[in-house]
Amino acid sequence: MRRNELGLWVAVGVVLAGLAIPWFLWGSAIVVAGLPIWLWWHVGWMGAVSVVFWVFTQRAWGIGIERDGGGDASSSPDRAEPTRETRPEGESP
Amino acid sequence: MSVALQLGIIVGYLVIALAVGLIAYRLTDRTAEDFYLASRTLGTVVLLFTTFATLLSAFTFFAGPNIAYAQGPEWILVMGLMDGIIFAVLWYVVGYKQWLLGQRYGYVTLGEMLGDRFGSRWLRGLVAVVSLLWLFPYVMLQQVGAGTALEALTDGAVPYAAGAGLITAFMILYVVVAGMRGIAWTDTLQGTFMLVTTWVALLWVLAAVGGPGAATEALASNPDTSQFLSLGSGYYTPQWMLSTAIVIGFGVAMFPQVNQRFFAAGSETVLKRSFVLWPILCVLLFVPSFMLGAWAAGLEVAVPEGGNVLPAVLAEFTPTWFAALVIAGAMAAMMSSSDSMLLSGSSYFTRDLYRPFVERDLSDRREDLLARGGVVVFASAAFVASLQRPATLFELGDAAFSGFAQLALPVVLALYWRTITRAGITAGVLVSQLFYISSLFVAVVPGSYLGWSAGLVGMGLGLVVTVVVSLVTSPAAAERRAIYFDQPGAD
Repeated sequence: MRRNELGLWVAVGVVLAGLAIPWFLWGSAIVVAGLPIWLWWHVGWMGAVSVVFWVFTQRAWGIGIERDGGGDASSSPDRAEPTRETRPEGESP
Repeated sequence: MSVALQLGIIVGYLVIALAVGLIAYRLTDRTAEDFYLASRTLGTVVLLFTTFATLLSAFTFFAGPNIAYAQGPEWILVMGLMDGIIFAVLWYVVGYKQWLLGQRYGYVTLGEMLGDRFGSRWLRGLVAVVSLLWLFPYVMLQQVGAGTALEALTDGAVPYAAGAGLITAFMILYVVVAGMRGIAWTDTLQGTFMLVTTWVALLWVLAAVGGPGAATEALASNPDTSQFLSLGSGYYTPQWMLSTAIVIGFGVAMFPQVNQRFFAAGSETVLKRSFVLWPILCVLLFVPSFMLGAWAAGLEVAVPEGGNVLPAVLAEFTPTWFAALVIAGAMAAMMSSSDSMLLSGSSYFTRDLYRPFVERDLSDRREDLLARGGVVVFASAAFVASLQRPATLFELGDAAFSGFAQLALPVVLALYWRTITRAGITAGVLVSQLFYISSLFVAVVPGSYLGWSAGLVGMGLGLVVTVVVSLVTSPAAAERRAIYFDQPGAD
């Protein structure tokens, strides 16, 4: 279940990055309201990216990083400030 | 009049920055962690703008518009993808995990975090040496840029060495006094200032030329620039756009002063908000700044040899005082990037080289002093180097983003792939660095592969080497994988 969700978000990330440059408008020189149409696409796309990022922070933050990460777990109040542990002995720091 | 005004504005900026630094100084604890990371307490606005100002300042004002002026506005797309999306995703993938680990174990640098996990001070030192190798010439380039700009601004009244020296001395004073907190606060002023002046400049120029429609029409009807409006060109090929966006996007995340900011967030909420706002902030700055550069080409604004397009546009279409304000702001911005780099460079040196290899049981108080001393040494050395203007260092500085990008994939693997070994990551870092440096300096290693840059190919090579060597070696006894995998979110 979590694995599918992680896969979904990876796919979303790839699509967000993949279409930031509108490849389907390659060679197009159409101008709309004073700017090339591909620039409008980019501006709108970045706005959409921000919205998707927001959804991600609300629904899935922690996915792939925290063991029980994402979703409901983020309501746990302690998580924002995990206590500093002394490191187990080893080399360094 | 304009020279006096510009100098007045620069001096005014320095005074304000110093005042902010002094206020920050009063709030500091005398510990290295506070000096480097403001004790991990930065809020959303400060974190967002300090990252923004550190990352983008000088480049956005000068080099970026120059590219758009020479080659067309597609540069906006490359920068949007690179900084607005790829870097933002890394902010989560690398940054959030680093932040969790930093909260838990008190890491201050990337090398420290890796050295602890792989039980190796040599790996820690290697990451620091590689980072300083790219950072040092990049800082030097900033000093060269500031010195040259000051010389041009005053028509030679302030010679290059004096200008660069003055700025270096101020930065040393400032960083030593203010530390991360002061830098982050001035960055916030700086970032806001950049954003506002860029938009005012855009509106001013557009009002003067009759709106965006007229400006774009001038681009289309000018035979030199009529190609600018169609997406893509001989310069902007898909391979080049993707290579540039991916390599620089990953490189940015490994740049010490940016990477270190991953540790500095005050809370998870701060990270989330910054992450959401980041793409919007990028677009808000890139579109006006680079469109000004592109439109200037259609409007046939002449740029002096070796000069920058943005000052030329402003000089032509806006009053002197406003142009002076923007240029002075841009110079100040250059300094605000350099001061962060000095601080990070010093922390890599004291924490990852001096402490593990020279004096192991360093007290907090003494490390704090040493860190401030490190700033002086780093800045002075870069200044002395900048006076010699060595070609090799220039080349390294220009290639710094790609050089840092070589670190990114081994680091991502270290954070997420359980099978990775100390031998694997060490080999991945070494091989990709050697390959990329060879592509710069050794003629038989080409810089481009079917249109894909050596930086991107090197990243792929580093990935493959890390994976293969990790698969054929077993973890060293001192490795502590559990640090990365069994802790975060478990409580």
